[in-house]
Amino acid sequence: MTAPTRTRRRLAEAGRVARRRLLVAVPVLAATSAGMFALGAASPVDPAQQYAGAAAFTTSEENLAQIRANWGVDDPLPVQYARWVGNLLRGDLGWSTSRHEPVADVLAARAGWTLLLVGAALAVVLVASLLLGTLAAYRRGGWFDRALRTSAYAIQSVPVFWLGLAAIAVFALSLGWLPAGGLTDVTATRTDPADVARHLILPVGVLALSQAPWFVLFIRDSVADSLRDDHVLAARARGLPGRTVLFGHALRTGLLPFLTLIGTHLPELVGGAVLVETVFSLPGLGAVTVQAALGSDFPLLAATTLATTVVVLTANLATDLAYAAADPRVRLE
Amino acid sequence: MTATVLARVRRLPRPRPGRVGVIVAGTVLAATVLACLLAPVLWPLDQSAVDLARTRLAPSPAHPAGTDDLGRDVAHRSLYGLRVSLLVGVVAALVAAVIGGAVGALAGTLGGWVDRALMRLVDTIAALPHLLLGIFIVAMLRPSLGAVMLSIGLTHWLSTARIVRSELLSLRHRPFVDAAVSGGAGRVRVLTRHLLPHVLPRLALATTLMIPHAVWHETALSFLGLGLPPHLASLGNMINDGRASLLTGAWWASLTPGLVLIVVTLALATLTARWRDRLDPRVRAELQL
Repeated sequence: MTAPTRTRRRLAEAGRVARRRLLVAVPVLAATSAGMFALGAASPVDPAQQYAGAAAFTTSEENLAQIRANWGVDDPLPVQYARWVGNLLRGDLGWSTSRHEPVADVLAARAGWTLLLVGAALAVVLVASLLLGTLAAYRRGGWFDRALRTSAYAIQSVPVFWLGLAAIAVFALSLGWLPAGGLTDVTATRTDPADVARHLILPVGVLALSQAPWFVLFIRDSVADSLRDDHVLAARARGLPGRTVLFGHALRTGLLPFLTLIGTHLPELVGGAVLVETVFSLPGLGAVTVQAALGSDFPLLAATTLATTVVVLTANLATDLAYAAADPRVRLE
Repeated sequence: MTATVLARVRRLPRPRPGRVGVIVAGTVLAATVLACLLAPVLWPLDQSAVDLARTRLAPSPAHPAGTDDLGRDVAHRSLYGLRVSLLVGVVAALVAAVIGGAVGALAGTLGGWVDRALMRLVDTIAALPHLLLGIFIVAMLRPSLGAVMLSIGLTHWLSTARIVRSELLSLRHRPFVDAAVSGGAGRVRVLTRHLLPHVLPRLALATTLMIPHAVWHETALSFLGLGLPPHLASLGNMINDGRASLLTGAWWASLTPGLVLIVVTLALATLTARWRDRLDPRVRAELQL
């Protein structure tokens, strides 16, 4: 079979997989949103009173009834659900009752910071785990390998929010090297990239450190396994230098399943980001989700949860396709 | 392809504890459970009592872990926080075991399209950010002990379902099942009398492995303010309370609850890892090599 035909066939396979995943994703999203809506409807919070806030105590019953009628919160549940989903599909995400602004505005203002935090942490984790994991595998059983594995197991059991507080206590309060929280200096009048970067060092570092153990251990075991493979032995026998064998042969084959690990770990990373944003008072989606949860703000909470779900499902599909693209042996189901 | 890769990802290395580790972990855990059980008798705590004359005292013989910004003894409250965390952890793990066991048993015994549909569902739910789903569930049910347990149970049953299903699949074609079927046993009888007893050790192990996760999840939710009411001690609540005192220099208010959490979950994880190694001949063979 010629190369272009093969490429075309693999592209067609990838397209089929993507379509099938989308077909699965639609009922999943529908079920998730229906479940969330049912929970929201069962919640004892009256949205009209919440909208009015403290004014609910002084507003007349007629006014509250008017708000209820405007929002249709007394309509039958299926009608409300259909209206909500219809609005979502048309791009109207609703009105945040805790922040008193459109949900879409909240998402637009906050999503960037969360993406920056998660993206930077993921980049740090990948670089660090590739380097450390490969080195540990190369000298497996040695002191570096043992020290790395022990610290990885130890860090695995430390909650990320406690790690964040410890980092604040040491680096911000005792040593005074870095700011303890926030995105910019209190006195700053505009967002200066250098200032933001300084404020992000601790949150990104903490999030990366808390997620690193899985990645480091995975790379270490993966490379250690492939160092015993025949093709690595053959490369050695041909007299290739140790570094070429390690990075060019052993790490390369060990890398493939790593893509899937990234995909399966994204939900953990998102959960970590929620906690880290809260610890460091960052104005990201995670912090806003927690505020929405504390204020029983259904529209905002549902929007952030659904949006994150869509992003994670898409990223999972992307890692699977990337895996197939990187490894010609993989057959897409 | 995903199935094989996922199997590999899930088979991530965990520590293989030595004899000393197991003894230390066992002692720590036994002491913890004993202290938690006896706490109301030996060291009763009035959860709502505050002592504003003794706020933010540094660790001393009278208050080995210091006091928080309402003058409450941190060590004493940590013990009560741990009780709550462990209780939530155990109950949530049991809820997850019931849901996961039922789904796994359905998929494993019925097979066919039921199996495919259920497992696709499990894979997809596993890809959802479960802390966010947990936050959503708690927020809508209003923060309380029961909501936290339910939220953790509803988001943590997936690995149990997978384990039960794969065990059942490997048992289905064993001779004793054929024997039972030819002896006239129906589907329900084969499942309950012949298959489940074989799956139970695995199910129990999966449930125990889930407890540390559930405990972490509980502390994360309470840390965010979505757990117990603020005046009741919970490890997550206490770490969150300590954030404010941290900025005024009272670092000890968050330190002890965090350390207690780490030590107890590490001990639990060590013991269950040992148990898993004993149960899994494949791992044991690797150990002997």
